[in-house]
Amino acid sequence: MSQYLYIGLMLVGIYGLLSQKNIIKLILSLNILELGLNLFIISTGYSGGNKAPIIVLGNEGGYVDPLPQAIVLTAIVIGLGVTAVALMLARNIYKKYGTYEIDEIRGDDDD
Amino acid sequence: MKKIMAILLTVAVAFFVFSNLYNTDSDKMLFGDNNPEEAVSQQYVNKSVDPERARPETGSANIVTSVVVNYRSFDTLGEITVLFVSALGVALLGGVLRKKVTFQYKPGFILNQGMTIIAGIVLITGIYIFVHGHLSPGGGFPGGAMIGSAFLLMYLSDETFRAKITGFKILEGTAGSLILIIGLVGLSTGGYFLYNFLPNGTVGDLISAGIVPVLYVLVGLKVGSEVSNILGNFFSGEVEQ
Repeated sequence: MSQYLYIGLMLVGIYGLLSQKNIIKLILSLNILELGLNLFIISTGYSGGNKAPIIVLGNEGGYVDPLPQAIVLTAIVIGLGVTAVALMLARNIYKKYGTYEIDEIRGDDDD
Repeated sequence: MKKIMAILLTVAVAFFVFSNLYNTDSDKMLFGDNNPEEAVSQQYVNKSVDPERARPETGSANIVTSVVVNYRSFDTLGEITVLFVSALGVALLGGVLRKKVTFQYKPGFILNQGMTIIAGIVLITGIYIFVHGHLSPGGGFPGGAMIGSAFLLMYLSDETFRAKITGFKILEGTAGSLILIIGLVGLSTGGYFLYNFLPNGTVGDLISAGIVPVLYVLVGLKVGSEVSNILGNFFSGEVEQ
């Protein structure tokens, strides 16, 4: 059932990316989109009642699928890098234009 | 008007996702239909603990770690390269900001004094997590992120705190070079890059799984120093050297 929540988070992120005009809110939307996607990929590996994929000798089997978790681990790290660069770009934009609103940046052409 | 367009596009994406999620006509697997006993992951479980093999392939109790640092370790090398490039980009972009960042508030007494207790605990927990990456949940990336969060708390609690960015750069470079050297040793002994050339030991011991814990400790140090480096660039606003 929880996959609907994750898809919902993803859609919230897409809506935020399309409708917001504040750079910080855009970065937050990107992060929400990414979070929803990551959780959804993990939920594809889940199968009812199984344990975390850590081997206990003598009691093997019955684990959830470890592959989506390993792939999402990569995606989280890439997301961290993207967010760091995006925040630094936002800081530079604020330094230059004195605002985070895209509309106000566009109207300002005295540079 | 623009918001209505945004809502319409979101609804279109939602319709596309939900119509494909439970589409019984397609030949792809349905959501929630997977059986781990038949999936490729079961092979990873079997190869890690199969008692009939002379030596297990990884010997790592945590299967996610054995996938990330053994079967897909070249991919992990690319991942930490991406993180390095990101830290480099932050440093280059932050180079135009010469002014020191100041907060609009003064850190309070409780935050200031609580940090002296909590910072050490957070750091030690981070190190514990990446040392036990092949036995318990976690590993190099979460452990490194915890080390970075300890430095973030230090920056927030003390206005005069400045981490030595040069020291982190040396640590990061050393860890990255050691990962490459271990990979090249594997290339010369086993025939392919990042080959697991150490004995695997018993599944569940602290010293087991060959090069997996060594690589994960190095990855943890590299990620921790990179995240601290990024934070240092955000807070000091200038690049050294």
